[in-house]
Amino acid sequence: MSLIKFENVVKKFNGVAVLDGLSFDVEKGEVLALVGPSGTGKSVTLKHLVRLLTPTSGKITVDGIDVSSCSSKELTHIRSRIGYLFQGGALLAWMSVAENVALPLRECTNLKDSEIDEKVAAALASVELSAAAEKLPSEISGGMQKRAGLARAIVRESDIVLYDEPTSGLDPVTSVTINRLIKKLNKELGITSIVVTHDLQGALNIADRILLIKEGKAIECSKPEEFVNSQNPAVKEFLAAMKGEIV
Amino acid sequence: MTIVREPIWDDAPATKLQGFFRHITQFLSSLGWAARILSISIFYFPSVIVRKDSRSQLFNQLYITGIRTLPVITVVSLFTGMILALQVGLELRRFNQEIYLGAAVMISLIREMAPFSCGMCLAACVGSAIAAELGTMKVNDEVAALEIMSISPIRYLASPRILALVFMAPLLGFFCCIIGTVGGGVVGVTQLGVDFEQYMASAISIADTKDLFVGLLKALVFGIVIGTVSVSEGFGTEVGATGVGRSTQRSVIVSFLLILMLGYMITRVCYR
Repeated sequence: MSLIKFENVVKKFNGVAVLDGLSFDVEKGEVLALVGPSGTGKSVTLKHLVRLLTPTSGKITVDGIDVSSCSSKELTHIRSRIGYLFQGGALLAWMSVAENVALPLRECTNLKDSEIDEKVAAALASVELSAAAEKLPSEISGGMQKRAGLARAIVRESDIVLYDEPTSGLDPVTSVTINRLIKKLNKELGITSIVVTHDLQGALNIADRILLIKEGKAIECSKPEEFVNSQNPAVKEFLAAMKGEIV
Repeated sequence: MTIVREPIWDDAPATKLQGFFRHITQFLSSLGWAARILSISIFYFPSVIVRKDSRSQLFNQLYITGIRTLPVITVVSLFTGMILALQVGLELRRFNQEIYLGAAVMISLIREMAPFSCGMCLAACVGSAIAAELGTMKVNDEVAALEIMSISPIRYLASPRILALVFMAPLLGFFCCIIGTVGGGVVGVTQLGVDFEQYMASAISIADTKDLFVGLLKALVFGIVIGTVSVSEGFGTEVGATGVGRSTQRSVIVSFLLILMLGYMITRVCYR
């Protein structure tokens, strides 16, 4: 059984369908990259998985539990399994990087301070951010903020991590670092990942499968090598546009 | 209770009449939402005091609400008392009744002007800051991040802010009354030739316990109103920097209006 399943999901805003019958699934331990033009509902798709949004119709399940209609207790359980990396990191401004990473442990577990410190140090080390532990979010770069957000997303040992444009606005070197981290976390910890990205090269490098979303529909979902050789006109058009951007 | 809310309707209104009714429903829904935020915040008050990290947030908010607003509140209440004394004193002098200046200033301050000016200062200085801060957190996905981590934004963000206003508003209202009375005394002595001791004796003789409690009650209600309005406006922020500006503006306007209306209602109930 798939770990995550979208079945014919429709989401309308002000009468306009942003998701229009979207269906796909994600296997345990898989990295799925969501690509597509801006405004096609990629981030909206991620928000449905943690019930920040609920579908107009259709069904979304995580490990067999219907996210949009489950009880608040079940939702808390699902959310405890999911780490979410927002575009801007979404770190609390008045807390240091280490305090931000420790926040979910302090608030939602009964761990001792020493255990929390240990886990925070390990999470920061895994994203190569130990040196910035005591700095405030405003004192570090955008890339470091994203890595801090990633450390917070994985510190509770989540088995699913959702990445909302993890490399947008970053320089190529930092983008490669972030992509390498996503792959490393997937390989070493077996984390199932969904990555919303405009970085096609990054997606080809890290993803097990790539899903192209256009106008709220899943156009093609295939392995990277199949995706780049796809004969689907929408995929060819998307790839051509991406190449055009690079040129 | 979810803070990251979706629009009530997925579709656009079919007619203007439907749009009008939707506006009314939206308004009533906002009132209900603010009431729920207040009730859940009150439910979390004990945990704010008991939990170490929430307590440190509470102390920070007490400092912001109580100490950082002191300069503004001091100046406002001092001049409120001075203006009251000058206006009333000039009229009293026409009837050779300057000896009642202290009583007139004190009764105006303790019943109305002290809680009112304190409420206005808190709405402008603290309420606006709360709405802007929470609004910025909302548009930067920080509130959504808390929800995903299963940390209640109401417990973590709203409760300490509202509780700080509940603690501080009556204290600051009382402080306003004292400073205003002193300001009135300064005008009485320097411009109207009233003896300061006589002024203070007149002021103290008129103030009774009921006036003090009604004044403190007003300040307390204003504190709750400012906290609830600013938190719910902040949490209701949408669409980037423009949304933050709009929420901040609306929190100040709504707080001002409610302070005026509730001030009148409390007076109407307590002084028949």
